[in-house]
Amino acid sequence: MRYVKPESFEAAATLLRDEDGISRILAGGTDVLVQLKAEMVEPDLMVDLKHLPGMREIVAEDGGFRIGAAVSGAEMGEHAALKAMWPGLVEGVELIGSSQVQSRATMAGNLCTGSPAGDSVPAMVTAGAVARVQGPDGMRDVPVVDIPTGPGKNSLAKGEFITSIFLPARPANASDAYLRFIPRTEMDIAVSSAAVSLALDSDGTVTEAHVAVGAVAPTVLLAKDAGAALIGSKLDDTAIAALVAAVEAACNPINDKRGTIEFRTTTAGVLAKRAAHIAYTRAGGQA
Amino acid sequence: MKTLPIETTINGDNTEFLCHADESLLDVLRDRLGMTGSKEGCGTGDCGACSVMLNGRLVCSCLVLAVETQGAEVETIEGMANGEELHPLQRVFLEEAALQCGVCTPGILVAAKALLEKNPNPTDTEVRYWLAGNLCRCTGYDKIIKAVQTAAAEMRSA
Repeated sequence: MRYVKPESFEAAATLLRDEDGISRILAGGTDVLVQLKAEMVEPDLMVDLKHLPGMREIVAEDGGFRIGAAVSGAEMGEHAALKAMWPGLVEGVELIGSSQVQSRATMAGNLCTGSPAGDSVPAMVTAGAVARVQGPDGMRDVPVVDIPTGPGKNSLAKGEFITSIFLPARPANASDAYLRFIPRTEMDIAVSSAAVSLALDSDGTVTEAHVAVGAVAPTVLLAKDAGAALIGSKLDDTAIAALVAAVEAACNPINDKRGTIEFRTTTAGVLAKRAAHIAYTRAGGQA
Repeated sequence: MKTLPIETTINGDNTEFLCHADESLLDVLRDRLGMTGSKEGCGTGDCGACSVMLNGRLVCSCLVLAVETQGAEVETIEGMANGEELHPLQRVFLEEAALQCGVCTPGILVAAKALLEKNPNPTDTEVRYWLAGNLCRCTGYDKIIKAVQTAAAEMRSA
């Protein structure tokens, strides 16, 4: 295996495009090094990008934040302004792994590794986050929801990688929340999960709502009907019932040792309901 | 595979070593530098027995490539005592018998020290969550949590 620290994003993209063997990108390494150890993959080329400009930075931009692709979960958790703006997203990121893993694991890695259960992904999707992708032919911005395409798969072409993730500004009276179900209290993979992002008007009526669920389909899903069910409401029982029904209808999970189809579907609805109430309270609504 | 020269700082000492690109920091510490305090439990970042500090952050050294430590500052369990004088966490772990087989202990000590530097007065719950990535199959954790709290109290009053 060759280990390379390219001089620029462009050089990295060209290097990755021209590699005939197996290549891997190293940011936090918390998935890649596990794959190496398990001999699931034996890369010919390992490209370390952490030293490149902006990769380790959280920068305010257009009222939101641009998060470098190598920023760790711990660094996001320590950023007060980011946490205040996108609390649900940051709590999702902070649920990934142990204290040790938090020092290294990144949101971009969590996205690109393509797990349907990735804890940072649902709240990135409800935030309308946009990944900045560098490739051999230049840079493009891709909505986060379009990056994962199935378990372990993503839509990036050969030579492409994420350099940062942009979280847009949010209006006043808006917030988000993320919840997952695990049978333990810590250090586990979501059996199901839900993120909700809401914006309210001055009297507490929902004007904008986004709902995403994890671990209940081959990719994290944006449940558009579930978001629509909340708009115009103050999360009354009818709106919540419609939210839960829409979430359950969107679920397309597998049966496995961690959870049955029925269990995952039901818990996703419950988590969406609870996350909606948390987001609503955080946004300043009176429940 | 050719070896690469790496220059890093380990426990305050400038250290140079040669390694392969796919070697973990843990393998280099143990097999090339003879620093066998950091243990390999799982090798996949689940057990925390290989915990070290990398540029001031707690990491699993099995999940770090040794080549990544070029120019970095690494702190291991070997640097925890001040000469013959044990760190309060080390001494209290002995006094309160917060270990049995001892394989998890170096990682737990490194992780607990990182916690107390960040939060000198944690609750039991905070200690348990912080150490959730350090598995111990002997003690049932209770004595570990109590020892961390005893050492924390001592360090606060020092």
